[in-house]
Amino acid sequence: MEFKLTPEQEMLRDTAREFAEKEVEPRVEEIEKTRKIPEDLIKRLFELGFGGIIIPEEYEGSAAGHLARAIILEEIAYSCPALAFTLQIVHLGQAPLIFHGTKEQKEKWLPDLAKGKLIASCAVTEPTGGSDVMGIKTFAKKENNEYVITGRKCFITNVHLANIHGVLAKSGEDPRHMTFFMIEGDRPGVKPGREENKVGLHGCNTGELILDNVRVPVENVIGVEGKGLRVALTAITNVGRMGVAATGVGIIRRCLDEAVKFANQRVLYGQPISRLQAIQWLISDIYLRYETARLLLHRAAWMIDQGIRADAEVGMVKLTATEGAAECASKLSSILGAYGIMEEYAAQRLLRDAYSLIPAAGTNEIMRIVISRKAFERAT
Amino acid sequence: MTEELQIIVCIKQVPDPHYLSKITIDPVTKTIRREGIPAVMNPLDRNALEEALRIKEQLGGRVVAISMGPPQAERVCRDALAMGVDEAILLSDRVLAGSDTLATAYALSMAIKKLGSFDIVFCGNETVDGSTAQVPPQLAEFLKVPHITRVRKILSINRNELIVERTIEYGYMKLRVKLPAVIAVTKEINEPRLPTVSAILKCYRKEIKKWTVSDIGVNPRQVGLEGSPTRVIDVFSPEVKRKRKIFEGTTDEAVEWIIEKLHEAGII
Repeated sequence: MEFKLTPEQEMLRDTAREFAEKEVEPRVEEIEKTRKIPEDLIKRLFELGFGGIIIPEEYEGSAAGHLARAIILEEIAYSCPALAFTLQIVHLGQAPLIFHGTKEQKEKWLPDLAKGKLIASCAVTEPTGGSDVMGIKTFAKKENNEYVITGRKCFITNVHLANIHGVLAKSGEDPRHMTFFMIEGDRPGVKPGREENKVGLHGCNTGELILDNVRVPVENVIGVEGKGLRVALTAITNVGRMGVAATGVGIIRRCLDEAVKFANQRVLYGQPISRLQAIQWLISDIYLRYETARLLLHRAAWMIDQGIRADAEVGMVKLTATEGAAECASKLSSILGAYGIMEEYAAQRLLRDAYSLIPAAGTNEIMRIVISRKAFERAT
Repeated sequence: MTEELQIIVCIKQVPDPHYLSKITIDPVTKTIRREGIPAVMNPLDRNALEEALRIKEQLGGRVVAISMGPPQAERVCRDALAMGVDEAILLSDRVLAGSDTLATAYALSMAIKKLGSFDIVFCGNETVDGSTAQVPPQLAEFLKVPHITRVRKILSINRNELIVERTIEYGYMKLRVKLPAVIAVTKEINEPRLPTVSAILKCYRKEIKKWTVSDIGVNPRQVGLEGSPTRVIDVFSPEVKRKRKIFEGTTDEAVEWIIEKLHEAGII
């Protein structure tokens, strides 16, 4: 068993780390205040090739893979979870095409998605809830060679940034008859709606997508008509949940470094508080969470790269990394005392960012259901 | 002068400056303890590479990176390939271990001579580990070409000459130099590029030329510990004390006294 990254992955990690340290970290305060990620930073993500990391080379991506993606997202999340989350949803928007698109569809859209000329959202959740996917109300009615789609999606990341949207819609009488579409943003009737104000991940855009009698040709159907749920879930599981998890792992590592730094500097009772066992226990808990989440992340990413089904493993890391991030940010805050709630310190932002990850790409209760499914399957 | 502009960049693997606080000196050998400290390309060497690549983008030509070091220094050669150099050479041989700046400059000069004619050799002005800043001038002497150190800006370049700004205390000098020449750069000269994901993946599919001393024809007695006249007697942190002076008197007298002292020191 090999626990070492390949030299390529190490260089990718170092490059992402340097990008985060030099180009992202100095902008975090501005992003927090304006609640907007500057356009030039989004552009840089594509210039460096981070935007096309899971797109095959024949479509102008780099096909670096899901483990490489996880490593890069962790590095960016260490400095700015909101930017990492934005990037991870860029990948999620591409995923339905990568996993289920036809050659023609890939040729049509993937090169522009790799370069950032196109940014796709992935719109599944509706006001009726995200966990109950069958309960969605958006309907696609077939008329000759077109579908007419009407509905309202909510909590859609990057929706105001995107110029093409992946949309899951009901398409038949059977509640399971759903179809997945790519819908260009300039089609009449497509309109991003309200922009949400989240408690964390400031700058990462979330909002509504309104579809009002949008006419879409059958060529825009991704995968098989009526089997759209599979298209959406493959993308959400392998890319969306993994991206949430990688962002969580980045937050946990930042918590660890901030905790160690503060504990070494803060003097109480005539000594640094790092000498106090109570503080050491908190720090070891954070370190343990980091290693656990990172190993689960790398294992699940490796499985996806190998083409092994990893629903439960992805569920495990999504759960561990997001609950871990919230727990570790809370512990960091405890170590910092009153400084933990001051805006000058990263702890409060990390806590808000961590909480914002928890419901993303499926609640952790859904993750437990997915994990338990495998637990029962494996029983002899 | 060659037909195509030939630029050579000397690069070195050094301990990651992020870990400076963890670096210790071996009390016996007086060398840096490198165990557990990640190695990276010397930061100023990245500026040197960037400048070479910018010139190539402007005027065409070919950029070759060369590193002398242990086999692990292959990583900095890969970094250079990822940044965009045409070729990377790793000069690695046990005989070279322990080389001081003179022996290093000699070995590098022999490797550069093997490459044939060149127009510019770029170096970082100094490395973060030794910080002697001796190799670029020594290299120029071995190559019998002029050199300029502490170059912060290239004002113009053509096939025959360079005009540059060289940092000096409280200002800069504007210098013209005939090519070929050795140019040692400071960090002000540019912001080194980050490699793209594709370039990183592709750099591992490229070959790195590996040379030993026998490939470049060096005299083994002029390299390594034997060929190095430098002896490190001691390594220590110099104690810096402030020269405190206390003046007692009225405010007006104190102001006059301070102005006088500042004049004496040549500050005003």
